[in-house]
Amino acid sequence: MKSFIEYIVSIFKGVWTLLVGMKVTAKYFFTPWNNVTQQYPENRDKLVMFERFRGEVIMPHSENNEHLCTGCGICELNCPNGSIEIISKSIITPEGKKKRIIDQHIYHLGMCTLCNLCVKACPTGAIVMGQKFEHAVWDRALLTKVLNQPGSKIAEGVKE
Amino acid sequence: MDIYNFTTLTHNIHTGLAQSFAPWLATTIEWVIVGVAYLLFVALFGLFLVYAERKVCAAFQQRLGPMRVGKWGLLQTIADFIKLLMKELIMPRKADWFLYNLAPFIVIIASFLAIAALPFAPGLQSMDFDIGVFYLTAVSSVGVIGILLAGWSSNNKYSLIGAMRSGAQILSYELSVSLSLLTMVVFAGTMQFSAIVEGQRDAWFIFSGHIPAIIAFVVFLIAGTAETNRGPFDLAEAESELVAGFHTEYSGIKFAMFFLAEYINLFIISAVAATVFLGGWMPLHFGNLESFNHVMDFIPPVIWFFGKVLFVIFMIMWFKWTFPRLRVDQILTLEWKYLLPINLVNILLMALVVLTKFHF
Repeated sequence: MKSFIEYIVSIFKGVWTLLVGMKVTAKYFFTPWNNVTQQYPENRDKLVMFERFRGEVIMPHSENNEHLCTGCGICELNCPNGSIEIISKSIITPEGKKKRIIDQHIYHLGMCTLCNLCVKACPTGAIVMGQKFEHAVWDRALLTKVLNQPGSKIAEGVKE
Repeated sequence: MDIYNFTTLTHNIHTGLAQSFAPWLATTIEWVIVGVAYLLFVALFGLFLVYAERKVCAAFQQRLGPMRVGKWGLLQTIADFIKLLMKELIMPRKADWFLYNLAPFIVIIASFLAIAALPFAPGLQSMDFDIGVFYLTAVSSVGVIGILLAGWSSNNKYSLIGAMRSGAQILSYELSVSLSLLTMVVFAGTMQFSAIVEGQRDAWFIFSGHIPAIIAFVVFLIAGTAETNRGPFDLAEAESELVAGFHTEYSGIKFAMFFLAEYINLFIISAVAATVFLGGWMPLHFGNLESFNHVMDFIPPVIWFFGKVLFVIFMIMWFKWTFPRLRVDQILTLEWKYLLPINLVNILLMALVVLTKFHF
C-alpha cells in the first residue's frame, strides 16, 4: 500500500516538475524583447560590447599625449607566444641621470590569443584590453602595431 | 463557393466529371486531383512546419531564428529544400540497394495513408471510413517498418541502433495511443471521424468528457510525441549520440523524405488530437449561449480545424524544446509502468462515466 501511494505521488510530482520547466520556457517565449540575438552587420552603429570583452591590447594616452608605460618589459616576458616586443632607449634626464624609457611597444595582433596575461602583469596599468573587434585587413603586416603614439612620453609621477 | 461546407462543391465536381467522361476515366481523374491536392498540401505545410519549428525553437531559447532569407526568414525553408534537391545521393557501398531505396518511400507512404482519413472541413475528407480511428492507428504504425528498414539496410551501426530504439519505442507507445483513442471511442460510440466530429456539436469531447477525457488527452499528447520520434523521445535520431540515427546514411531528396515524413506525422498526430478531443472543424459551442454560438459559427470550419491543429503542434514543440531527452530504459518505464496502467484505469473510468451518463 505504501509503495502504491508513493507511485501515485511520483506521478503528480513528475507532472509538477515538467510544468515548472514549461513555465520557464513559456516565459522566454512570451517575452521576445529579452532575446539575446544581435543582428550584427545591421546594428553595427549601436552595438555595444560588454565591459570585459577582449578585442585587442591598447595603450591609453592622455590628452597631453602621455602614457603610463615605463618600458620595463614585463609584458614581453609574460606573453606566452611572443606577441609583444619592447624596444627601449636610453636618455639623459635634465638632472643628468641616465634613464631607460620606451621607444616602441610593438604588438603583433595576428599572433595574440587575447589571454590577458600582459594586462594583468603590467605594474603601472599602461596597457588595457580594447573593445574593437573588427580587425580584418588585406595585408598581414597591418596587424603589427606600435602601441605608443609617436612623440608620446611617460606621464609625470609614474613609479619606475 | 461555400467556405462553410464543401459538400456541394465536391459533389458538383464529381457529377461534372461523371457526366463528361467515362466512369473509369472520371474516377481516375478524381484520384489524380485528390492525390495532387494532398501532395501540394503536404509539401507546403511541411515547409511551413519546418519554418515554424525553427522560429518557435528560437523563441523558446531567446533567439530570433532565421532572419536573413526573405522577410523574417520566410523563404529560408524553401532555400533549404532547393539545396536538398540538388545534393548528391550517396549510398554506402555495402548497403542493401533495394531496401535502402525502398525505406524512405514506405515512411512517406504511411504518412500519406494516415492523412487521407482526416476530416479537414465538412466535405473535405477523401475517405470517410466507419472504422476511421482503427484505420488511422493501423497505417500510422506502418511507418516504423520503413524506419527499421532504413536502419537495417544502411549497414551502419548508428543507423541500426537508432532503428532498433525506434522500433522498441513505437511498438510500446502504439499501445498508449490506441488505448487513449479507444477511451474516446467509448465516449463517442463510433469510430467514424465525421461522426466523432458531429458528436461534438454541443461541446467538445475534452469538455463534455471532463476528467477521463482530459487524462486521455494528456496521455495521447505524450504518446503521440513519442510516436512521431520527436523530442524528448527523439532517441531514434539522438544527434548527440547516434549522429542522425536511422537516416545517418541518407542524403539529398531521400533524407528530405524522412524529414518531411517526420513533420507530416507531427501534423497527423496533432490533427487526430484536434479531431478527437478538441472537436475537429466544429466551432466552439457552449450549451445555451445562443448568441455566442452564432458568432462562433461565422468562423469557417477550415480555420477552426487549422487553429486547433496549430495549437496542438505548438504544445508538442513546447515539449520538445523544454524537456531533456529520455534514456531507453526511462522511455520504456514511462510507457509500461505509468502510461499503460493509467490508460487502463482511465478507460474503465470512461466506461463508468458513459454508463452512469455522468457527462455533459
